[in-house]
Amino acid sequence: MSNASTKPKSSFPNPLQWLGGATLGMLAEIGRLSIFTGKTVGASFSPRWYPAQIFRQMIAIGFYSLPVVGLSAVFIGAALALNIYSGGSRFGAEQFVPNIVVLGITRELGVTITGLMLAGRVSAGIAAEIGAMRVTEQIDALKTLSANPFRYLYAPRLLAGLMTLPMLVLVADIIGVMGGWAVSTLGLGFDSTTYLRNTLDFLTWQDVTVGLIKAVVFGGVIAILGCYHGDKSSAGATGVGRATTFAMVGAAVLILAFNYLISTLLVNFGS
Amino acid sequence: MSTTSLLELKDVHKSFGPKQVLKGVNIDVSPGKSLVVLGGSGSGKSVMLKNALGLMTPDQGQILFDGEDVTHDQGKTREAMRARIGMLFQSAALFDSLTVWENIAFRLLNADGLNRKDAKDRAIETLKQVRLGSDVADLRPAEISGGMQKRVGLARAIVSKPELIFFDEPTTGLDPITADAINDLIVEQTKALGAAAISITHDMASARKIADEIAMLFEGKIIWRGPASMIDESGNDHVDQFVHGRADGPIQPAL
Repeated sequence: MSNASTKPKSSFPNPLQWLGGATLGMLAEIGRLSIFTGKTVGASFSPRWYPAQIFRQMIAIGFYSLPVVGLSAVFIGAALALNIYSGGSRFGAEQFVPNIVVLGITRELGVTITGLMLAGRVSAGIAAEIGAMRVTEQIDALKTLSANPFRYLYAPRLLAGLMTLPMLVLVADIIGVMGGWAVSTLGLGFDSTTYLRNTLDFLTWQDVTVGLIKAVVFGGVIAILGCYHGDKSSAGATGVGRATTFAMVGAAVLILAFNYLISTLLVNFGS
Repeated sequence: MSTTSLLELKDVHKSFGPKQVLKGVNIDVSPGKSLVVLGGSGSGKSVMLKNALGLMTPDQGQILFDGEDVTHDQGKTREAMRARIGMLFQSAALFDSLTVWENIAFRLLNADGLNRKDAKDRAIETLKQVRLGSDVADLRPAEISGGMQKRVGLARAIVSKPELIFFDEPTTGLDPITADAINDLIVEQTKALGAAAISITHDMASARKIADEIAMLFEGKIIWRGPASMIDESGNDHVDQFVHGRADGPIQPAL
C-alpha cells in the first residue's frame, strides 16, 4: 500500500522555492551593492582625499587603457564605415557614410566599446587587486593603521574612473571616426577633404555630450563593481577568480543597461 | 577583573551563521605584560584577535580598552584607539604597491601627517631595530624573504611606539632559527617600548619565549590561564595534550 509520507524526495528543487530564493538573493545583493556604493561615493566627495592614490589610479585606468581603447575604436570605426557603405548602397545612400559613422561613434559605439573594454581590463583588474589584498589581510592591516579602505582604496578608483572615462571616450571618438575615414578614403573611393567636411558639418555638440554623459556613468560602474567584488572576495585563488569574473560580467551588463537607460532619457529630453 | 588592564574582553561571543566560534571569552592584559593565547586550528584565536582589534564586532559581550568600552566604536574614536595599538599579521600583510619604508611609515605618513623625509628617517631607524639595513628600505615586499617580511611587519607595528601590540602567529612559516630570531625581537622590542603584548600561536617554543602569561582557548572559551613558568604543571588535560603535541587526549585533531 502506498503512503504519501514514504515517497522519495525529488532531487530537483521546487521551482517556486528556487525562484523565491534567487529573487531574495538578488535583492540582498542589490542592497549590499547600494550600501557599498553609498559609502564609496560619500568617501569620494568628502575629505580626506589621497591625491597620490587618485593620480596613480588615473594613470592605471586612463593612460594604460589608451592602447586597447585606440585599437578597438579604429577597428569599430573602419567596420562601421564598410557596413554603412555596403548597406547604404542598396538604396543609393553611400554618401551618408561620414554622417552615420560620426553619429554612431560619438553617440553609441565609442563610449560603449570603451566601457566594455574597460569592464574587462579595469574592473576585473581592480577586483583582482583588492581581492588579493582582502585575502592577504592587507585591508585589515589598513584599518589597524587608521586608514579607511573606502577613502584610501575605493574612492581614488571611483574618482579616477569618473575623470578618465570621458577622456578615453573622446580619444575613442576621434580614433573611431578616423578609422572610418581611413577605410572610406583608402578603400571606398571617398575624397578625404569632403569626408572630413561632411563629418564636421554633421556633428553637433549634443552628439559628443551624450557620449560623455554615458562615459561618466560607465566610469563609476566600472570602478564600483571592481571594488565591490574585490572587497567581498572570499579566501583563496578561487575566491579572487570568482570576484574578477563577477566584476567583469556585472560591469559589462550594467554598462549595456545604463546605455539603454541614458539613451532613452536623453532622447526624451531631445538630445 | 583587574582594574589596571589595558585591554579586557568580557564574555565575548561571536557566531558565523549557526557556527558559534567564541562562547564567552574573558581575558585581559595589563600594561607591559606579554600574554600568549594558545589554541588549536579553528579554536577561534584569530576571531578573538579581530574582535579585540575592532575588525569584527562581538555578538555579545564587551571590549574595554584602557577602561573605556570600545565594543561598538567607529570612526575617529576607533582610530584614536588604533593609534595606540600595533599589529603584526600572520602573513605580515605588507602592502605590495608600496616600498618597505613606505609600509613601515604608513601610519606616520597617512595618519600622523609626517613629511616624507622625516617619515623615511624614522622608518630606516626602525628597520635597524629589527636588524635590517637601510638597503632594503626602497625594495618592494615581494623582493625580500618571508623572514625579512616578518621583521618589516614588526617594524611597522612598533614604529609609532604603541602601548599594545598584537602578534598573530608570529613564527608561522619560518624555519626554527628565523622563528627564534623573530621571538627575540618581539621580546626585545616590547620590553624596550614597555608595551603590553597579546600573541596568538600554536608554536610552543614561541609561547615559552615571549610569554609572561599563557592562556588556552578551546571551543570558544578560555579554559586555563597561568604564568608561563607553570605551563608544564597546569594540571589541565587539554593544556597538557597541547603542550606535548599528542594526538590522543580530550582535544580532537582538526582533520
